[in-house]
Amino acid sequence: MAVETKIAVAPAKPPVWNDPRYRALFFQVLVLGGVVLLGAYLVGNTMANLERQGIASGFGFLETTAGFSISQTLVEYSEESSYGRAFLVGLLNTMLVSIIGIFFATILGFIIGVARLSRNWLISNLAAVYIEILRNIPLLLQIFFWYFAVLRNVPSPKNSHSMFDSFFLNIRGLYSPAPIFEAGFWLIPVALVAGVIGVVILARWARARQERTGERFPVFWTSLGVLIGLPLLAAIVMGFPLSWNYPELKGFNFVGGMVVIPELVALALALSTYTASFIAEIVRAGITAVSHGQTEAAYSVGLRPGPTLRLVVIPQALRVIIPPLTSQYLNLMKNSSLAAAIAYPDIVLVFAGTVLMQTGQAVEIISITMAVYLTLSLLISAFMNWYNKKMALVER
Amino acid sequence: MKLTKVLLAAAAATTLSTAAVAGTLDDVRGKGFVQCGVSQGLAGFSNPDEQGNWTGIDVDVCRAVAAAVLGDAGKVKFTPLSAKERFTALQSGEVDVLSRNTTWTLVRDSALGLNFAGVNYYDGQGFMVRKDLGVKSALELDGASVCVNIGTTTELNLSDYFRANSMKFNPVVFEKADEVVAAYDSGRCDVYTTDQSGLAAQRIKLKEPNAHMILPEVISKEPLGPVVRHGDDKWLDTVKWTLYAMVEAEELGVTSKNVDQMKGSSSPNVRRLLGVEGDGGKNLGLSVDWAYNVVKQVGNYGESFERHVGVKTSLGLERGQNALWKDGGLQYAMPVR
Repeated sequence: MAVETKIAVAPAKPPVWNDPRYRALFFQVLVLGGVVLLGAYLVGNTMANLERQGIASGFGFLETTAGFSISQTLVEYSEESSYGRAFLVGLLNTMLVSIIGIFFATILGFIIGVARLSRNWLISNLAAVYIEILRNIPLLLQIFFWYFAVLRNVPSPKNSHSMFDSFFLNIRGLYSPAPIFEAGFWLIPVALVAGVIGVVILARWARARQERTGERFPVFWTSLGVLIGLPLLAAIVMGFPLSWNYPELKGFNFVGGMVVIPELVALALALSTYTASFIAEIVRAGITAVSHGQTEAAYSVGLRPGPTLRLVVIPQALRVIIPPLTSQYLNLMKNSSLAAAIAYPDIVLVFAGTVLMQTGQAVEIISITMAVYLTLSLLISAFMNWYNKKMALVER
Repeated sequence: MKLTKVLLAAAAATTLSTAAVAGTLDDVRGKGFVQCGVSQGLAGFSNPDEQGNWTGIDVDVCRAVAAAVLGDAGKVKFTPLSAKERFTALQSGEVDVLSRNTTWTLVRDSALGLNFAGVNYYDGQGFMVRKDLGVKSALELDGASVCVNIGTTTELNLSDYFRANSMKFNPVVFEKADEVVAAYDSGRCDVYTTDQSGLAAQRIKLKEPNAHMILPEVISKEPLGPVVRHGDDKWLDTVKWTLYAMVEAEELGVTSKNVDQMKGSSSPNVRRLLGVEGDGGKNLGLSVDWAYNVVKQVGNYGESFERHVGVKTSLGLERGQNALWKDGGLQYAMPVR
């Protein structure tokens, strides 16, 4: 019996067009090419149509004199500045309100999230009411509420509330004395930086010592002393090189000092209280996700409730909290564009508003504005991802 | 194969999109109505009344265009636009004509790809303050907080004026006119600035209109008029001559009430305007009785003015610069012949 056996004969190599690897690659190239072509077509079409309608294009306008003024500027800005400078002012204002909003939303959100889990009926239900009301009302209405209903009840400049004759609260804002730095002031920030470095070294040393010997060191109070003491010492050495520029009522408004405009207050309040309601739920979810056995185990090895929460529960809860928290931060930053409704000079109002109107270059300006939000979002994401990685479960 | 298809489609789309620019006049005839961009509510200029019908002198321009093109002043659809949205809406073809108290400036006429069809209201920027501030002149406003609407020529004029007089001010810039008024009314600002006609119109909305006064200074020229897209000359002519027809009708004494008798007038100018003689309508690509329809259904310029913003209305504005040229004003129609 002659049975033909084909052993170890490799199957004939399939032709290139039947090879799954090449086929996959081919289609990917095809799709990518299509996307690139579509993009090129859209850009070309836009340029051609702008040209045909006689609408100006290009980025040269950024160097043209702006000519308008802005109510809150963190950097030097005047009517003679360029549109590019106005862009920077708007960008910084957006970042300012986002940072303030994120800061307070996080604190408030954590407090309310923990309160929601409280065994005290009243506290837990108050937190529930807060969350349900705040997160179910559109943010724009809340901004209007703070701006047009709450902050409008503040008195006019002539009847300002005043504190120590140096802080004034009126409908135009909160005025406070502005610091004037005199010669020799440089030593104080230097002392502060030195203090911070010292504290970091101290904390590392104390930790290493505790792990080695089990002895504890009161890091918190020592650090506080160093952080306050060193700059204070520097100030005394240099003879308090700081004076204050006090606001005073002159004509219509207060002149001098620093001012926090009501638009910023209303927007920051609305953004942080609104986002805090979401963060509270995220925090609650995170804490609930840590099994109760962890707490019991911590108690059984003799940890007190404080360290249990700090060393056992929170680190594990954070792993659940951080990813959704990141999206809340992103939301807050993007929601800050509602500023335009209440005259807070953010990038949308200043750049995608006034500058767009004065130059008429919608395509360029909206593209830049979108790029700004994209960049800020990616930066926040990158930071939170880094933090998440740091907090992630280290498997040994 | 697929790649070539994509390429072909892209090429086809490019050629199509560059070729597909029909005239607005034909578009309007085709769809049977004029899409008109107006304000979000400015008394006397474009404002919905109790029944929700848009009224005002800017609205009348749109109705007149509809009467001239379609023979029916009612065939208008309105799109309320904020100051910020208005030019994009026109550029993108969302509206056929923008009649929204818009100032004619060089930048808008050139860089924005727009054409102004004329001026239906000569205005100037002014300031409104509370009477109890005791301010008598705009030159006393150093250090004041000023409420202003975004996306308007006012924003720039304001900065220029304070800069020129070396005064300081704090701008509070809102996106919608209603919010500007609300903020001013609640005391966030000392001063509210916009065109004088706008101040008169918005004052009615304040809690106590009589507690406020308009300062005498007029700091800018604000010629307001209808706007169309650049590069569509036929449509530009249509809107331009509709506006002239209204002014010319007033000059010739033709009103909506007497227009039928006037058809039998012996004056050649009246006969040409109303299409009894000459080819005016035909040359514009409109019907013979285009101007007759405008005057019959909308009225002449003077009628429109008195009906919406004149001394008998709540705005109580004098004709002033908007009187006919022969009465010492600036309204001057090119000859309709």
